[in-house]
Amino acid sequence: MSVLVIAEHDNASLKGATLNAVTAAVQLGGDVHVLVTGNNAATVAQSAAQVAGVAKVLLAEAPHLADGLAENLAEQILAIAKNYTHILAPATACGKNVMPRVAAKLDVAQISEISKIDSTDTFERPTYAGNAIATVQSADPIKVITVRTTGFDAAAATGGSAAVESIAAVGDSGKSRFLSRDLTKLDRPELGAAKVIVSGGRGVGSGENYHKLLEPLADKLGAALGASRAAVDAGFVPNDYQVGQTGKIVAPTLYIAVGISGAIQHLAGMKDSKVIVAINKDPEAPIFQVADYGLVGDMNVAVPELTAAI
Amino acid sequence: MKILVPVKRVIDYNVKVRVKSDGSGVELDNVKMSMNPFDEIAIEEALRLKEAGVATEVIVVSCGVTACQETIRAGLALGAERGILVETTTELQPLAVAKLLKAVAEKEQVQLVICGKQAIDDDANQTGQMLAALLGWPQATFASKVVIADGKASVTREVDGGLETDEFTLPAVITADLRLNEPRYATLPNIMKAKKKPLDIMKPEALGVDVTPRLKTLKVVEPPKRKAGIMVPDVAALVDKLKNEAKVI
Repeated sequence: MSVLVIAEHDNASLKGATLNAVTAAVQLGGDVHVLVTGNNAATVAQSAAQVAGVAKVLLAEAPHLADGLAENLAEQILAIAKNYTHILAPATACGKNVMPRVAAKLDVAQISEISKIDSTDTFERPTYAGNAIATVQSADPIKVITVRTTGFDAAAATGGSAAVESIAAVGDSGKSRFLSRDLTKLDRPELGAAKVIVSGGRGVGSGENYHKLLEPLADKLGAALGASRAAVDAGFVPNDYQVGQTGKIVAPTLYIAVGISGAIQHLAGMKDSKVIVAINKDPEAPIFQVADYGLVGDMNVAVPELTAAI
Repeated sequence: MKILVPVKRVIDYNVKVRVKSDGSGVELDNVKMSMNPFDEIAIEEALRLKEAGVATEVIVVSCGVTACQETIRAGLALGAERGILVETTTELQPLAVAKLLKAVAEKEQVQLVICGKQAIDDDANQTGQMLAALLGWPQATFASKVVIADGKASVTREVDGGLETDEFTLPAVITADLRLNEPRYATLPNIMKAKKKPLDIMKPEALGVDVTPRLKTLKVVEPPKRKAGIMVPDVAALVDKLKNEAKVI
């Protein structure tokens, strides 16, 4: 049995989510190989080779593989897919984009966002915005899977000593072309991997207030900043701050929800956090039903007070 | 250019779902059903492309039980020209739906398929990608902006770190993210008119598609409940709890 993990990276460094996918792969048993596709991505391959549990790294390089376009990436995976019983990728935007394409070409079902492995063919995954956990069994010869990163610990980034083997790159599909990227610049921990998250909702009132209130608190806690859909739609912060069913799924040690009512779709993204704190002026807000510690009050007073007290 | 928009009938997004006590699934009887929210956004985008003169016809398709006709009618009331129901009582998984949609897309000779990025019931986020793969078309997933010109679609996509813009050669499959647009409401006259619009019904067998589920659902359970929390009177008490009880700061 051999398991292939699709590495996520930006041609310079390996993304943390890959480490969680490696842990899931190791749990399945068998040899774990990591596929790195990109351009000038040798350093990424070297990092992948040092990840504990990885037996081999395959490196495919070409200019048209640089930007992770699904049309090309899927073909690269398909070129070696038949050597594996399981193909895993983290359930990030990139993994969600490419894996169903791979599965369809192999004529197998794809299993999305697994949160637990019961056996080599049986997996648990959340459905209905996390309100039901389904256990599914696959009879397909190759299991194509995306891994919910919060369901699995990150593998150690060092301690491994896998060999890096270059493989032939597939040709360019010619059907898609990368144009530009507009990334939010963050000098904070990445939302998906943060230990502490400070998150704001519609109740925060404005973008200005969001930054004024939440940034000092996040700075003090070394936290990432998140937001509810309402805060994103109101333009307080960019879309990629969104935590929830359609945004990022997070499970930090501490999640502080400020001015967030706690709609089903938001809870779907954060209710596996270890400790949840809610600060809201409405005592009836549903967020208090999942909060370990709730404080009813004016955030404009409470948040600066909290920032000063820690 | 014809646009095909697949729509799914799902439990309304506001409903708190209940897991059946026998672990076979979630309770669907007497529960409010609606069109999947992402699919409403897909229809809206198709209609805007028609209004901009890019598309000539918008066809709404749904796969599933007879009641999916209501979902299709809802799409017709928004302004789509006609509907297609691929009727079956078999549980449909994304791969089967993608195969059905491929058959419909080829039969109807569409140039563009716009679907929602995921259904809020199975949360799979697979069908659009699978459809693109089966058709051999490019895929523009998680779209928040679509510009179509000169046989190409330039699509801004929501990715983890922000936004990415890619160019795709038509024909293509686009999957809609929440931020793509603000869907319109159906007016009463349009709801009445929609009742007279054509709605074809066909069976998976007629399309030559085997829809047998590939994944077996062994059981469905409720997620672990969180222990009830406590309310603290002030910030000092909160800080004390976080430091000394939860030990997280």
